[in-house]
Amino acid sequence: MGFFTDTSVCIGCKACEVACKEWNDVPDVIGELTGESYDNTSSLGANTWRHVAFIEQRIPTEVPDADGDVRWLMSSDVCKHCTEAPCLDVCPTGALFRTEFGTVVVQEDVCNGCGYCIPACPFGVLDRREDDGRAWKCTLCYDRLKGGMEPACAQACPTDSIQFGPLDELREKANGRLEMLHEAGVEEARLYGANEEEYGMGAFFLLLDEPEVYGLPPDPEVVTRKLGRLWGAAALAAGALAAGVAAAFIGGGR
Amino acid sequence: MSEERNGRRTDSYYGRPVIKEPVWTWEIPWYFFTGGLAGASAPLALAADLSGNQRLARSARLAALGGAMVSPVLLISDLGRPERFLNMLRVVKPTSPMSIGTWVLSSFGLSSGIAATSDVFGVFPRARTLFEGAAALLGLPLATYTAVLFADTSVPVWHEARKELPLVFASGAAASAGACAAVFTPVGEAAPARRLAVGGVLAEIGAAELMKRRLGRLLAEPYEKEEAGRYSKLATTLSGAGAAVLGLAGGKNRAAAVAGGAMILAGALCERWSVYKAGFQSARDPRYTVEHQRERRRRKGL
Ligand code: SF4
Ligand code: SF4
Ligand code: SF4
Repeated sequence: MGFFTDTSVCIGCKACEVACKEWNDVPDVIGELTGESYDNTSSLGANTWRHVAFIEQRIPTEVPDADGDVRWLMSSDVCKHCTEAPCLDVCPTGALFRTEFGTVVVQEDVCNGCGYCIPACPFGVLDRREDDGRAWKCTLCYDRLKGGMEPACAQACPTDSIQFGPLDELREKANGRLEMLHEAGVEEARLYGANEEEYGMGAFFLLLDEPEVYGLPPDPEVVTRKLGRLWGAAALAAGALAAGVAAAFIGGGR
Repeated sequence: MSEERNGRRTDSYYGRPVIKEPVWTWEIPWYFFTGGLAGASAPLALAADLSGNQRLARSARLAALGGAMVSPVLLISDLGRPERFLNMLRVVKPTSPMSIGTWVLSSFGLSSGIAATSDVFGVFPRARTLFEGAAALLGLPLATYTAVLFADTSVPVWHEARKELPLVFASGAAASAGACAAVFTPVGEAAPARRLAVGGVLAEIGAAELMKRRLGRLLAEPYEKEEAGRYSKLATTLSGAGAAVLGLAGGKNRAAAVAGGAMILAGALCERWSVYKAGFQSARDPRYTVEHQRERRRRKGL
């Protein structure tokens, strides 16, 4: 199960952010105005599991010195619930686990706050909460899914920008929507994360500009896939260390 | 360079980082240093013991034990919830370098503890060799796994240095173990330790240089500025000067051995700090993530 977020219909109402906070009892950080456009939460974090980005883009005009029009891009970002999740692999306690719905969840009682999952995530999703030292992120409303309900954010979304369901169905919908937009002349529309071969995302997006404009990495990588090679390099270095120690004794001398 | 379109940065959302900066604190570079020192001291102790150099063996054994005692304290103090340290030993998770490292450190501590106790109290001489051997074997991964731990993240300067980082850490560990033993052993019996220290420094400086070259212009940049840049320069200066002093005068004069050894130890510590800080700096600035990945996409022809 996962999300398809169609940013082309997002109106930036932030209903999803609020619904997520309400349902999951996430501490309130709203109120710290940043001065960045109309965004008051800025990024995903321990206390923001859904984040709506507001991007102001100036469209240039033919008239010199004129200000031109402003285009608004809005996008609701969330944990990608990666099908091969680096955060889950590196967690030393097993606090992060894959649920029966294929989603990735942190068990609050097991997490020891080691923080390894935080730089492992290629999307900057996970973060440690200052006051309790634990790592937090979207649970894809594990409790609601168990109860047969849809996630709070998807339910709250008034434009259906956030769609929830089985991934293959969502991918089909996404492709249909992309075609529709291209036919309507919106050439800049593109899917991000919908191609499983590139990077398996359990939450993918339809964007109207490059991913980096939205603060997303242009080419995310499952870094943990190289673990075997990483250990290989470490074994070589360990061998060199052993040889170095032995060599230091050649020639004797005291 | 960050690409600009219609007058605004297009490489990130209001200049916000793409990945999160690690939340690790000062304990981590210190732990990498003490773990490396302990890890390389154990094989040094074994080799000295086998070659019949008991004075040197004892210094190295105590350094291994000292490092093994301080390291867990540093690690536990860095945890967001230290009271939950035991959750680390709840599972053995091969996909997590931190889990493997915790087990290596624990068994290393046990082995080097027994080896050192048996030496100091003169009991179980046969068991001593056995545990000394175990500590020497475990010391090798202890000195290098931390490089895997860093490289197994999405932090670009760490992940892209995955081939060279273990060498940087292993040679820094060799230099520290040699230097520490040279400080605490009478000069007449410290020749192998001095050789290990000097050789370790040369390898450390070489490996760090190689790592920066292979990172390429963009990703080597964090090593040239801010704190990482300062630590990096300091590391080379201290290690190089320390090796010169220890190598040239450390064989005749104990004071020179102590001074040279101390500089090498400080240099190895600075090297860890520079790697640690460079990672933070590269995570904080979205340029490093975005430009590096754009370049990769271009190479893939996407
Ligand atoms: S997006 Fe990050 S936090 Fe979410 S599953 Fe993937 S790696 Fe884990
Ligand atoms: S902070 Fe918690 S969830 Fe993250 S890796 Fe450590 S134990 Fe696992
Ligand atoms: S799925 Fe649930 S936890 Fe995740 S962002 Fe939506 S409301 Fe929040």
